[in-house]
Amino acid sequence: MDAAPKKILVLGIGNILWADEGFGVRVLETFNTLYAAPENVSLLDGGTQGLYLVQFVQEADHLLVFDAIDYGLEPGTLKIVQGDEVPKFTGAKKMSLHQTGFQEVLSAADLMGGYPEKLALIGCQPLDLEDWGGPLTPPVRDRLVQAADLAAVILEQWGAPCRLRAPGEAIEPLLANDIDMQNYETRMANVRTGG
Amino acid sequence: MGVQTPNGFNLDNSGKRIVVDPVTRIEGHMRVEVNVDSNNVIRNAVSTGTMWRGIEVILRGRDPRDAWAFTERICGVCTGTHALTSVRSVEDALQIKIPENANSIRNLMQLALQVHDHIVHFYHLHALDWVDVVSALSADPKATSALAQSLSPWPLSSPGYFRDLQGRLKRFVESGQLGPFKNGYWGSKAYRLPPEANLMAVAHYLEALDFQKEIVKVHTIFGGKNPHPNWLVGGVPCPINVDGIGGASAINMERLNYITEIIDRTIEFNDQVYIPDVMAIGSFYKDWLYGGGLSSKSVLAYGDLPENANDYSPANLLLPQGAIINGNLNEIHPVNHRDPNEIQEFVTHSWYKYPDETKGLHPWDGITDPHYELGPNTKGTRTNIESLDESAKYSWIKSPRWKGNAMEVGPLARWTVGYAQNKAEFKEPVDKLLKDLGLPLNALFSTLGRTAARALESQWAGYKMRHFQNKLIANIKNGDSSTANVDKWDPKTWPSEVKGVGFTEAPRGALAHWIKIKDGKIENYQAVVPTTWNGSPRDPKGNIGAFEASLMDTPMADPNQPVEILRTLHSFDPCLACSTHVMSEDGQEMTKVQVR
Repeated sequence: MDAAPKKILVLGIGNILWADEGFGVRVLETFNTLYAAPENVSLLDGGTQGLYLVQFVQEADHLLVFDAIDYGLEPGTLKIVQGDEVPKFTGAKKMSLHQTGFQEVLSAADLMGGYPEKLALIGCQPLDLEDWGGPLTPPVRDRLVQAADLAAVILEQWGAPCRLRAPGEAIEPLLANDIDMQNYETRMANVRTGG
Repeated sequence: MGVQTPNGFNLDNSGKRIVVDPVTRIEGHMRVEVNVDSNNVIRNAVSTGTMWRGIEVILRGRDPRDAWAFTERICGVCTGTHALTSVRSVEDALQIKIPENANSIRNLMQLALQVHDHIVHFYHLHALDWVDVVSALSADPKATSALAQSLSPWPLSSPGYFRDLQGRLKRFVESGQLGPFKNGYWGSKAYRLPPEANLMAVAHYLEALDFQKEIVKVHTIFGGKNPHPNWLVGGVPCPINVDGIGGASAINMERLNYITEIIDRTIEFNDQVYIPDVMAIGSFYKDWLYGGGLSSKSVLAYGDLPENANDYSPANLLLPQGAIINGNLNEIHPVNHRDPNEIQEFVTHSWYKYPDETKGLHPWDGITDPHYELGPNTKGTRTNIESLDESAKYSWIKSPRWKGNAMEVGPLARWTVGYAQNKAEFKEPVDKLLKDLGLPLNALFSTLGRTAARALESQWAGYKMRHFQNKLIANIKNGDSSTANVDKWDPKTWPSEVKGVGFTEAPRGALAHWIKIKDGKIENYQAVVPTTWNGSPRDPKGNIGAFEASLMDTPMADPNQPVEILRTLHSFDPCLACSTHVMSEDGQEMTKVQVR
């Protein structure tokens, strides 16, 4: 008899208004464009919500996170961290909401009961986090597809194989109202070049 | 050497300088520097905050109907409030009228955000300034149970419940991961609660974390999703179909009943947990009445929650509007967001340039032109400042002033205006709280008063949610299911040049967005946020802002453990928008406290 499928949460975090800081959310968007995930996988644009994300983490059996990380690596370097290494790693210098680090979100989930069984982080070394209103920098932008592909590999290992979408397939967008990557960045480029 | 500010504070920066950087458990990056005298009493305060580069940089040239989605991303906390303020500014500019149902639903969303923010702020960001987590480990669970039951009928209060919780906490602390309880000055003399009260408060910390997820479901239901609910210029994006069953996003009776249930539970949590906790904590700190700052002098409230749609006049707003200056509660001044001489932003002490910095600019004509330069008395380097020179530019926050006055905004400001207006719904709970604690009215103007006003407002907001929920259901039952007015959706119907202003009361205070629209696109967009009011640096006349004023004359138990500074600053629920975050392997950044 098959057990109920594990609830999997794919979470992108970051602030899209601050250049490479938006990496987590933009990978999630890219992933949604490239792959159709099975029913038991949900995608969440966590934005800059900190501690408020705890309930989503508690509900998840497996958790996959996209975020900008600072490992002092070459900008654009991707890094996969799994299992117990994630909370150690995600020390969060000053993550988001009220400087709640994602580590604190995880330990709050632990204290309340509901720590994910499996945990993985796909991180990217940013080049620029200070450019207010700026787009992703080229080294980070160039890794979005690769990061999304890696997520698909991890999800497959977790028993949730994703289907590569057909060209032209209708997709419900994750972000609308001009804050999707295409519109956001095109527009900002025009502002900067006076176009 | 002492300097008297026009708003009545004596500044003396001759004593030891204490630098706290960053101030933790807030949104964004904030640093504070104080000078203490030989008795460790604060005699000068300097607060500085992260860069606010102006949302107009990103919004200029975009479609005004999308502006809310960007402003929702400014900050991780006030998402919905920014979105609401934004759609109001566009509707004001284009004179779009929204349906009654949309007004009720927006008020429900705004109130839900208010309650959610107040509860999360108190338990998760502020309580630890009063509650010693480590002390809770030595509490007697039986005595904790007796204490809890003497305060409230809340059912989670048995000795076994507290014993289990203490065990969990103990394992957690022993495993070496303090998690959310990091960065505390546990054991400091500034903490006064007995272990049992500490254990009860830690239990409620976790219960509140569990409960807050219920409140946000109001946003999920009406806004379609959470985080980042959807908003709409002209109304709300959720259609109403009362008889619909399980429709994708339409509001049906089943969903409305679910919201009613959430509201009931919210009221219960406020009545049985939040208010009794604030009273219990207050009873141990009632002689610690520092931190009043500007609150007894100059407060400002824009007002919010229109009873009837499209009427933003003070008489129609459930949260009061008005300005009080120089502590005169007998005179409440009207506030006009459009008057170029009322609300103005100055940059003499902010890292921006104006053509003429002796003058302030009204937000419709606002400029955000960064200009980073340090004063001659700065110690350290441009990239590693040891101490700031507050006689020059020293913050990325601008200085908004109302008719030239530095003002405090937030729950205490709102409740002070409501109290001064003699409105029973504000006056009676305040009088009762003070009477129960045996305190006079002026005790309200303190750190504790700010914290208490927020709790009273959370309770008030729960009841107002019930009011608007009943109103919404009655209106739907009368056959009105309209939620949006799209008559002016098409930009071709717009005048070529218009301007508007939208205002709200965000959880942490008065918030407004000013917009100029030209040929269907945004030409200028300025947001003046509550923390800009409270966290403002000095102005050209030398008036200090609310954060700085609140720290003045506070004695510190130990300057190396700035519990008192954190307690007072946290009581404002500061939110310095647009912080960046990044994960790293070197662990949580600890607050540096330097005594020079």
